[in-house]
Amino acid sequence: MAQILSAGTPAPEFTLRVTPDQLLSLRDLQGKPVIIAFYPADWSPICGDQVTLYNEILPEFRRHGAELLGISVDGVWCHKAFMEHRRLHFPLLADFEPKGAVARSYGAYREGEGVAERALFVVDRDGVIFWSYRSPIAVNPGADGILDALERLPNRSERHGHAESSSHAV
Amino acid sequence: MATLKVPVTPSDHIQGPADAPVTMVEYGDYECAHCGLAHPIVKAVQRQFARKVRLVFRHFPLNQVHPHAESAAESAEFAGAAGRFWEMHDGIYENQESLGLPLLFALVGALGLSESDLREALTTAKYAPKVRNDFLGGVRSGVNGTPTFFINDQRHDASYAFDDLVAAIEPHLYARARL
Repeated sequence: MAQILSAGTPAPEFTLRVTPDQLLSLRDLQGKPVIIAFYPADWSPICGDQVTLYNEILPEFRRHGAELLGISVDGVWCHKAFMEHRRLHFPLLADFEPKGAVARSYGAYREGEGVAERALFVVDRDGVIFWSYRSPIAVNPGADGILDALERLPNRSERHGHAESSSHAV
Repeated sequence: MATLKVPVTPSDHIQGPADAPVTMVEYGDYECAHCGLAHPIVKAVQRQFARKVRLVFRHFPLNQVHPHAESAAESAEFAGAAGRFWEMHDGIYENQESLGLPLLFALVGALGLSESDLREALTTAKYAPKVRNDFLGGVRSGVNGTPTFFINDQRHDASYAFDDLVAAIEPHLYARARL
């Protein structure tokens, strides 16, 4: 099984389709912390719980100024139907063609099954991975790890040099 | 393994003795079908262990998919402020198929509480901060769906089937007995 990219690694750039006629690039969000949630598939019961949960927690993520992106190998029309069904208020990106290329670049692709791992990344304001976690494929990882990471992110003014050492209760 | 980050306090809704060897904390949503299915199972677990298990219920409404979950949680808190939380809690789960404002008002009325006070409490979101506080504490503890149970502060990752809950509780009783 591939290792997912770890803290300190620059987050690989990507541009993916977010709606049938819109693209979104990681660099569009530079200056903000970005939460990237790779997950295996729309509609599977566990993913459903995970995205529903993150949808509810979105105000907490936004309180930290963070943007949340969901990424799976499902196509845009599938994402569109899934987002409408679950009333999701954050974008789902289609890692569809070439299939799984972005997941692969983060070490979060399952070759055997042809789907993304259930992997979480918090990318800092400078585009560097600050925290990452791969959950067992059948276990919804919850959001506690993401919130812990967002709280430990250095503030903009003191972000240079001591990413892991500062701890801010917000 | 995820652990409960918010300790049980007197402001929680608690059934069972404070010195029970096992505390089972449930994070639940009144509109969640799985929570509805778990409700009689939790009752059966309480009967099985009697006063050896203390039950705590905290709110975890998934409002984007369950439009009645928040008002149900706030209504349970409203009843709780009058010391009737568990009756309201049971009433909601036992009538979950008809959950909505008419049911909540009917249940409050059946408890002899004021329906107009409930209307006022819901309109002013009087109990929303308590519900949100439960929710956020659950998030920090690694609640990853509903229902999520914590048995003596450890998240129960097996199913909520009776046998799985019993199997998770029993070791805590034996551990205590050996002391």
